[in-house]
Amino acid sequence: MTDADPRPATTGVPMVVAEAVHKSFGHLEVLKGIDLVVERGQVMVVVGPSGSGKSTFLRCINHLEQINAGRLWVDGELVGYREHGGKLHELPEKVIARQRASIGMVFQRFNLFPHLTALQNVVEAPMRVRNHKRADAERRGRALLDQVGLAAKVDSYPGELSGGQQQRVAIARALAMDPKLMLFDEPTSALDPELVGEVLDVMKDLARQGMTMIVVTHEMGFAREVGNELVFMDEGVVVERGRPADVFTRPQQERTKSFFSKIL
Amino acid sequence: MRHPGRWVGVGVIGVLVAMFVHLLVTNDAFQWSFMVDNMFSEPIREGARTTIVLTVLSMVLGVLLGIVLAVMRLSPNKVLSWSAWVYVWIFRSVPRLVLLVLAGNLGIIFANGQIEFGLPFDRQLLDLFGVEGDARIFGLDSREVLSGFSAALIGLVLSEAAYMAEIVRAGILSVDSGQSEAALALGMNRPLTLRRIVLPQAMRVILPPTGNETIAMLKDTALVVAVPVSNELFFQLQAVGSRTFQVFPVLVAACLWYIALTSVLLVGQHFLEKRFSRGFGARKQDQPVPVPVGGMGGAT
Repeated sequence: MTDADPRPATTGVPMVVAEAVHKSFGHLEVLKGIDLVVERGQVMVVVGPSGSGKSTFLRCINHLEQINAGRLWVDGELVGYREHGGKLHELPEKVIARQRASIGMVFQRFNLFPHLTALQNVVEAPMRVRNHKRADAERRGRALLDQVGLAAKVDSYPGELSGGQQQRVAIARALAMDPKLMLFDEPTSALDPELVGEVLDVMKDLARQGMTMIVVTHEMGFAREVGNELVFMDEGVVVERGRPADVFTRPQQERTKSFFSKIL
Repeated sequence: MRHPGRWVGVGVIGVLVAMFVHLLVTNDAFQWSFMVDNMFSEPIREGARTTIVLTVLSMVLGVLLGIVLAVMRLSPNKVLSWSAWVYVWIFRSVPRLVLLVLAGNLGIIFANGQIEFGLPFDRQLLDLFGVEGDARIFGLDSREVLSGFSAALIGLVLSEAAYMAEIVRAGILSVDSGQSEAALALGMNRPLTLRRIVLPQAMRVILPPTGNETIAMLKDTALVVAVPVSNELFFQLQAVGSRTFQVFPVLVAACLWYIALTSVLLVGQHFLEKRFSRGFGARKQDQPVPVPVGGMGGAT
């Protein structure tokens, strides 16, 4: 394993820099110029009403969506594009795949591979993308499943696991690629209420270990406890941002106030 | 009696079966001993071999070409998807029998005995510049390529690929788009995602109709008589019939041969379907199947 420490020594460059990111689906402008900076080791929590563009922004960060204008850097590298003469040109698929490999993503609906066991889900990408040997990948995979509390479930298929267990496998699967950044897209929204805690606990552990994380969620308790920064988005713009405790107790903008009054 | 209707049905079926057995046993036209003596002779066993080889080869090549066509059809590239659409349109429209006769007569358009590959319109273009010559890269002997067996194989593969393309496409589309997203997010490229993640799951949808296709193909090999290919099962059986004037027994023998071969295929299909349903068994209980998410994700 070449990358024992998922976060190389801080080089001063922020982990994520977004500059005037625009994204449209047809005529619908979903992101209307997003400027954000995520420092290394930070946990940024993004909240906002549905349709505010927060998931889309997350999906732009690993180029699952192409941006229409602006710039997005991860670890100092432009994501999905190279700049030439002031214009953006999409990178070859191979380069994009390499960029994605070091950005972990966890989805609302887990998206585990149902035809593979938990362990096979976790070792698939390390073996096929990073060319790790099966024995090495499986040793690491078992350790990661142990870390998320699923050592006993390595040979279970996703269909045999509860939602909370599936999401924890999904987190282990993302961690197996030794990502420098983790993106969470409403990781607990599809879960039964009693299963939310076990997933949040894993995420808190991860934050404590210093993982850089961007978390789109409705879990305000999580935001308050582990978030370094809270971002409130609405209608494709960042309305307000700041320390979670400050934004919760003293929201400056009307829209933020009315959003929190509805959900808190 | 709680279900009188059922018992009436059972009675009717019982009588019909008895009548059929009576026919089989008492009617001399069946010539059972003649049939058994003749249905395993060497030419017929060779015919059965040809039928099996033709079925297997046509299906293997047809499935491979079908996968290529399905992937082309789903490509964002308009030229690729349109070519695949046109191919499927044409080869699903032409009856297999017509296609096989056509394949058998392709020799007519390669009357000089050579099928050559190279720049299109080479002679005509070189003529414009006043040069004699051509730009052919290699040629095949048309009499060899378009002989009976390979012509039949070409016809069957081209036709099968069109059907398989639609089956594979439906299979690929049945896999939740979140699956390829998750694979891409892990840094897997598109070919790898297709091969390792999407196709294995699509197999659950692809296999049952492919089993039907294989059975249909086994039976359609009887059509290659039209190419003509003569060392095939049905032709060989009929030949025995016309030689000995025992037409009916060999037709019964043909039915029995095809039933036996199809049964073997059904067993194979059962095991393949079991193999590719791994990980989907537990869903049958109260565990809900995860709802497929639209491309954009449930909530933005």
